Amino acid sequence: MIPSSFPDYMSEVIRGRPPDPPGLKLKKEGLRAKHPVVFVPGIVTGGLELWEGHQCADKLFRKRLWGGTFGKLYKSPLCWMEHMSLDNETGLDPIGIRVRPVTGLVAADYFALGYFVWAVLIANLAQIGYEEKTMYMASYDWRLSFQNTEVRDQTMSRIKSNIELMVSTNGGNKAVIVPHSMGVVYFLHFMKWVETPAPMGGGGGPDWCARHIKAVMNIAGPLLGVPKAISGLFSEEAKDVAVVRAIAPGVLDKDLFRIQTLQHIMKMTRTWDSTMSMIPKGGTTIWGGLDWSPEEGYVPNTRKKISTFDDIDDHTKDQNTKSKTNHVHYGRIISFGKDITRAHSSQIQRIDFRGSIKGNNIANNGCGDVWTEYHDMGFSGINAVAEYKAYTAGDIVDLLNYVAPKMMARGSAHFSYGIASNLDDPKYAHYKYWSNPLETKLPNATDMEIFSMYGVGIPTERAYVYRQSPYAECYIPFQIDTSASEEDGDMCLRDGVFTVDGMKLCLF
Amino acid sequence: MYATNGYKKVVVVPHSMGVLYFLHFMKWVEAPPPMGGGGGPDWCTKHIKSIMNIGPAFLGVPKAVGNILSAESKDVAFIRAMAPGLLDSEILGLQTLEHVMRVSRTWDSIISLVPKGGDDLGRGFQVQESTKYGRIVSFGKPASEVHSSEFPSLRSQKQGSLHNATPPPVASCGKVWTEYDDLSRETISKISENKAYTANTLLDLLRTIAPKMMRRAEAHFSHGIADDLDDLKYNDYKYWSNPLETKLPEAPDMEIYCLYGVGIPTERSYVYKESQPGRCKSIPLQIDSSADGNKNGCLKGGVYFVDGDESVPVLSAGFMCAKGWRGKTRFNPSGIATYVREYKHKAPANLLEGRGLESGAHVDIMGNVALIEDVLRVAAGASGVELGGDKIYSDIMKMSEKIKVRL
Repeated sequence: MIPSSFPDYMSEVIRGRPPDPPGLKLKKEGLRAKHPVVFVPGIVTGGLELWEGHQCADKLFRKRLWGGTFGKLYKSPLCWMEHMSLDNETGLDPIGIRVRPVTGLVAADYFALGYFVWAVLIANLAQIGYEEKTMYMASYDWRLSFQNTEVRDQTMSRIKSNIELMVSTNGGNKAVIVPHSMGVVYFLHFMKWVETPAPMGGGGGPDWCARHIKAVMNIAGPLLGVPKAISGLFSEEAKDVAVVRAIAPGVLDKDLFRIQTLQHIMKMTRTWDSTMSMIPKGGTTIWGGLDWSPEEGYVPNTRKKISTFDDIDDHTKDQNTKSKTNHVHYGRIISFGKDITRAHSSQIQRIDFRGSIKGNNIANNGCGDVWTEYHDMGFSGINAVAEYKAYTAGDIVDLLNYVAPKMMARGSAHFSYGIASNLDDPKYAHYKYWSNPLETKLPNATDMEIFSMYGVGIPTERAYVYRQSPYAECYIPFQIDTSASEEDGDMCLRDGVFTVDGMKLCLF
Repeated sequence: MYATNGYKKVVVVPHSMGVLYFLHFMKWVEAPPPMGGGGGPDWCTKHIKSIMNIGPAFLGVPKAVGNILSAESKDVAFIRAMAPGLLDSEILGLQTLEHVMRVSRTWDSIISLVPKGGDDLGRGFQVQESTKYGRIVSFGKPASEVHSSEFPSLRSQKQGSLHNATPPPVASCGKVWTEYDDLSRETISKISENKAYTANTLLDLLRTIAPKMMRRAEAHFSHGIADDLDDLKYNDYKYWSNPLETKLPEAPDMEIYCLYGVGIPTERSYVYKESQPGRCKSIPLQIDSSADGNKNGCLKGGVYFVDGDESVPVLSAGFMCAKGWRGKTRFNPSGIATYVREYKHKAPANLLEGRGLESGAHVDIMGNVALIEDVLRVAAGASGVELGGDKIYSDIMKMSEKIKVRL
């Protein structure tokens, strides 16, 4: 018989039979499908397809623009970006363009050829008896703000309806929800929406969650936000982009072919309101102030083998040598200049940027139609930002409000980042609080269980060293300072990025 | 969808067997649980604006019969005539049709497509032409033509008379079992001696040659005409997909359309013969492809043709909308408006046109621009009157006139 997968066959020949996958192993133990399962995909993993577009996208009807072959983006990147952007004013569809989430398990089983997202889990569940009628992929347009997925697509109504149907056709067995990444935050919003009376909510009643949800198994959920959301919004960068900059300086900057890659990407991604859902929440209380942070004393163990007991020993050792090593101020999410990251707060002279005049951007003409809100900032604004020197989580929202007021105005109608003082204050009934676990109450559901499941042991972006970009006719005025690296080789600071263990993403 | 679309009722677009499936659904949804969905007696009127049935097989399709009897359709018969031995090659040990039969006979849904309405509907053609279309299966060409009075055995069928007495003898080359293996050669001879089968007696025939399948299937489907629709027995779900044994829901504002292609010869009845016994041939009957017709060309290769969309005869597609449900009848007590709209088949001019924009063929009609426009208009809010009411090219009205069914 011809083997269905030659590489798999060869690796079996060489290495012998692999152990049973979990589905098969548990099937042999006698486990069988019982509770219907709902998958909630995260940002960027759900497929999006084109339903209506401009002429350049003629051949792409019902083809995936995101996921799969990305609508053959290489053929016309500008056309692709035009269709992947939302409207700058409303955060909804641009005129003449309708891109919608793919439905069904195929929406997020694979992201692109061979790159699995949910497919492996689905296959294992199928081995103990699950199939389409007991599994539901709650796909949604992950670019939109959460409440807008209901306004434009009635996505949450559909999720509510599907969960109710699955529970009633499965002998009343409550559903197990499995959200991933931003889906965790989205589902938090959903749980408030579903119990809130219409029209703001789904009108399911105050016991909807208790009646329909057995457990919520959050996978890698950024419940309190992620620092890399900031660098993304601020300068369209992440650690990887910074590395590219370090390796090939000038490739992205010099703009030899006037491609203006990052500016284009920024223009597109700043129409995706959902990116604002992951701005760190809880301010300095959670993320640390100028001189302290919860992750103090963390030393990355990237070279050592991970073993729990060893880690504990290493940590106590480090506490003793703490005074020797340089104190890392993780609380300073953005610092301008490497020396700022080291200095004590009393030694930093900060000039408040809030209320500073932005000035006019004389580079306006050189950008063509790649407009971002940086076009409204002149040198005085840019300098004001840099002069503030160090930004904590408490300052970040103000910073973003300063450099991208339009986007944040749209976002502030949908998201909030603080800690509630009095949760019974009627203002917290508004939907913008629903996706912040620190400004909302969980539903009344004592039998429900919530799991936080996430990986550890990988250095994860925590704070950044920034600098002003070298002047160019059309540019993003700030960039990660890739020359900033820690000398003693602790590898906490590298190419302008501070990292910690992937542990502080989820407090619960 | 109703709730999230401003409480606008739904337009349902079933195709082919989906038409029967949705008929069943409409009964299911209003029936109380556990047999039904418990939606209440006004669920349909509350949620459905119109039903646009495309290529509807309301009264079944004769080609289902050929399929069950001998795993054949007109194309298979044609292949057999052109290249005998291709499908049944003894040398290669091929048992193509036996394999097909074994698989398709586990598909209960095919029984829903067996012609419904018995002789009353089959009779629709008896007077008009000399062709006796009502005889869905005839053994030998003469049997299909001569008047029924010359075959006394036709009227005196007794249900038990065809049953198997002696054990089966013919050992086929063994691999594929079908229920034919349980029948003796004797029984087969009796079957062909009975010469001709109409829609009623056809069911008896099927129960003889495939008792297991029919027992299973007849718990789910029924093929007659109801005498008294208020009889409690009609609450059973097996009647739900037969428009002649069920009432439409109480929904006077709803509209029902019968949309189908016309102008393509469509299988209506068959001339059969016993097949030559062979080592690997366990299906004892086959279409007699040598039977060819006279001047009008209605009989070709053992198959009688009528007007239709190549799969569903006009009668099956149009009768209910044209007459069975028109106005307030006992099958349509609330008088739901019905519309018959036919699409005259126009084959694509050349290869470049693909499957064509004006095709009437059973599946290709989904690309017919006139049909698409009709569906779009209704979905965007139009009523049947605004579309222009009936649009008829065939003789469906005349055919319906001939059928004497109590309405």
